[in-house]
Amino acid sequence: MSEPSHFKLDGEDIPCRPGQTVMQAAQAAGRYIPHLCWHPDFAPHGSCKICVVKADGRTVAACTFEARPGMQVENRTPEMDDHRRRLLNMLFVEGNHFCPSCEKSGNCTLQATAYELGMANFHFDHFFPDRPVDASHPDVMLDFNRCIQCELCVRASRDVDGKQIFALAGRGIRSHLIVNSASGRLADSNFAVSDRAASVCPVGVILKKRVGFAIPIGSRRYDAAPISAEAQPSPPPAQGERP
Amino acid sequence: MSSATLESILDRHARQGVRLMQILRETQEALGWLPPEALGEIARATGLTRAAVESTANFYSFFHTRPLGHYRVLWSDNITDRMLGNQALMQALCKALWLQPGRVSEDGLVSVDTTSCTGMCDQGPAVLVNYRTVTNMNLDRVQAMAALIRARVPVAEWPEEWFQIADNIRRAGLLLDCPLAPGAALAAGLARGGAGLLDEIRTAGLRGRGGAGFSTAQKWQSCRDARSPAADGARYVVCNADEGEPGTFKDRVLLTRCPDLVFEGMTLAGLAVGARRGFLYLRGEYRYLLDALEAVLARRRAAGLLGASIAGSNFAFDIEIHLGAGAYVCGEESALIESLEGKPGKPRIRPPFPVTSGYLNCPTTVNNVETLASACLIAAHGGAWFARSGTKVSTGSKILSVSGDCAHPGIYEYPFGVSVQQVLEDCGAQRTLAVQVSGPSGVLLAPDEFERRIAFEDVPSAGAFMVFDETRDMFEVARNFAHFFAHESCGFCTPCRVGTAINARFMDKIAAGHGSRDDLEQIFRMHRLMQATSHCGLGQTAANPIFDTLRKFRPSYDRRIESLHFEPAFDLDAALSRARRMTGRDDPAAHLTNEHQP
Repeated sequence: MSEPSHFKLDGEDIPCRPGQTVMQAAQAAGRYIPHLCWHPDFAPHGSCKICVVKADGRTVAACTFEARPGMQVENRTPEMDDHRRRLLNMLFVEGNHFCPSCEKSGNCTLQATAYELGMANFHFDHFFPDRPVDASHPDVMLDFNRCIQCELCVRASRDVDGKQIFALAGRGIRSHLIVNSASGRLADSNFAVSDRAASVCPVGVILKKRVGFAIPIGSRRYDAAPISAEAQPSPPPAQGERP
Repeated sequence: MSSATLESILDRHARQGVRLMQILRETQEALGWLPPEALGEIARATGLTRAAVESTANFYSFFHTRPLGHYRVLWSDNITDRMLGNQALMQALCKALWLQPGRVSEDGLVSVDTTSCTGMCDQGPAVLVNYRTVTNMNLDRVQAMAALIRARVPVAEWPEEWFQIADNIRRAGLLLDCPLAPGAALAAGLARGGAGLLDEIRTAGLRGRGGAGFSTAQKWQSCRDARSPAADGARYVVCNADEGEPGTFKDRVLLTRCPDLVFEGMTLAGLAVGARRGFLYLRGEYRYLLDALEAVLARRRAAGLLGASIAGSNFAFDIEIHLGAGAYVCGEESALIESLEGKPGKPRIRPPFPVTSGYLNCPTTVNNVETLASACLIAAHGGAWFARSGTKVSTGSKILSVSGDCAHPGIYEYPFGVSVQQVLEDCGAQRTLAVQVSGPSGVLLAPDEFERRIAFEDVPSAGAFMVFDETRDMFEVARNFAHFFAHESCGFCTPCRVGTAINARFMDKIAAGHGSRDDLEQIFRMHRLMQATSHCGLGQTAANPIFDTLRKFRPSYDRRIESLHFEPAFDLDAALSRARRMTGRDDPAAHLTNEHQP
């Protein structure tokens, strides 16, 4: 393999290979670019826009934008973080997020990202949408109130589980997650708690039953260290391997 | 519905998932709505998941998964319809039918609601009745319509003159003036060959008429050069007739007056890029054009201008019409391709662009109706001939759809470079306060900018030209557009999905007299955020009309703003409105305050 090329991320040299996105290159180098809908195991989706960066003066989503040698990328600048805080505000007010009573609190990527970015209030008025809960399945419940439409469950069920259990339906602000069954209920689908989709939700929509609060709030994933501390350099994947 | 009807619809579309939009539309035309059992049957037959079928059925405004009445009356709600009094007329219709807008009547007979601009701005107020277009609505027609609905007279038996749609061509130019015999341009194109034709398009300097102004020759060349992943090397030509930008109706007239020019342009595009199949993506609002256009296609096939061996050559090409179902976002080319494939119209991640990976991931060129018609002229008369019209960097002509406050709304074709002032004089506009060029996603011009010119190098336009005179309230114009974008956002990305909804709320808050300076500051910030971070052009431009009116017509906002600082959005008096409705009261004592309206 030839010497890797580099681009600048907030002034630091980051190695990049052809075909690698800004997000992938940053992740491999142990640098944190805030994100919600991106996950290293799945194809990039580019919908949450939390990963916006400024690449050579143009605002782009780091998860879909290809890293090019010599490029100057602004990541944790006041301007980008300001955009991110506003986008987080939007995600909070369009759903119903009551962190203190949420089982996911402390393990929630949305909450952890909001702490990371110092989001101190909701800024906009709440929408308070009416979203029913689906507790029909014996092992898993769905609380749609917290859905941020990242489609990670859609991708996991389709690409890993081969089941296509989840999809988004509707348009605009009425866009919402649906379940692939005639009744629309999870119990009537072939969903299983062992599915990858059961453990991919970054927020508290897909919750496993009977394990709630097993780990007390205060001892959870993001209680010990902020989400940005999780980024660690990783060895580059072998050539030809799908990153 | 008998299952035989559904079976025949499914058979007609070979049970293909990519044909889902047409399957859903025809099922709904047969049934009035899309019941759960039909969706399940369609899923089984096409091999799609039920969720995928529901996802598409729930995305488009013109598909309904619950019954909405034997008669569905949708009022076009563009600002030009409003200026012609559609709101009072809709209220009158609702009153005559004992209805609330958006609700189905108790007996399941009828529902009345609004829809985005239906492209009849020069002959509004317009409605769609069971997706058939009625123009020139007035109080007489409203009363007659209510009587016909109550008497359950089928729409097919309603007065014929209601469905008449005028072309209103006020000024013709290169395209509208230029009668070409069907096949003439094609013969010239075949004689030149694909590469020779591309050279002419390049010489002509033809740029996309959809607004962005991308070089057509470059687009076609990229599509021609791209490697197709299909075994047969498939490539596609798509004509974008999803003319959804409010205030735009020139493609409707082109498809009515010169369909051969458009279809021949598509065929020539096929020759240039090496495609054998083309699609005309026709917006659902233009359903009434479908049969006539199918007849033109049949005639062209019979004349050997489409099909296996065109004009005796070894070039094969055919065209299918794909009808949309009410989604503005499908005007974006990658969303349009998703829709062609039977999916919700959500823009793809780009790159790759459609020219390399479009329909079924094959190279696809998506061109505007007017662009393809222009290409047809270039094939017939040559690139140099075409480049003589217009300006140096904006060659040829531009068709404008003029509506709003003017004596002669309609279609005006000019060489590129015409000044806004010239158009205003020609259409008989007086005491003009503002012109919205290229629709809500375009630009709002104030009188000191009327010397500017319609051209890619000055004011680019996709064709809309809405005129507002001094009696108009530009705040209300922007509020109408804000609601339009909130209704049409596809919901894929956060900034557009939530931002358009928040903008609509901001505007309603200000309209209710609860706006503050802080809200205006928030709107500016929202504009910057949406422009920078949205996934596609819809979100990037959605705050333009608010931004433009705030910058150029600030007093229309200021006179509504009482508080200098912050005002909460919660309105105690408005919260009582439900109680008022339930008790049938609207007297002063039922209100906390009566000083709402500015």
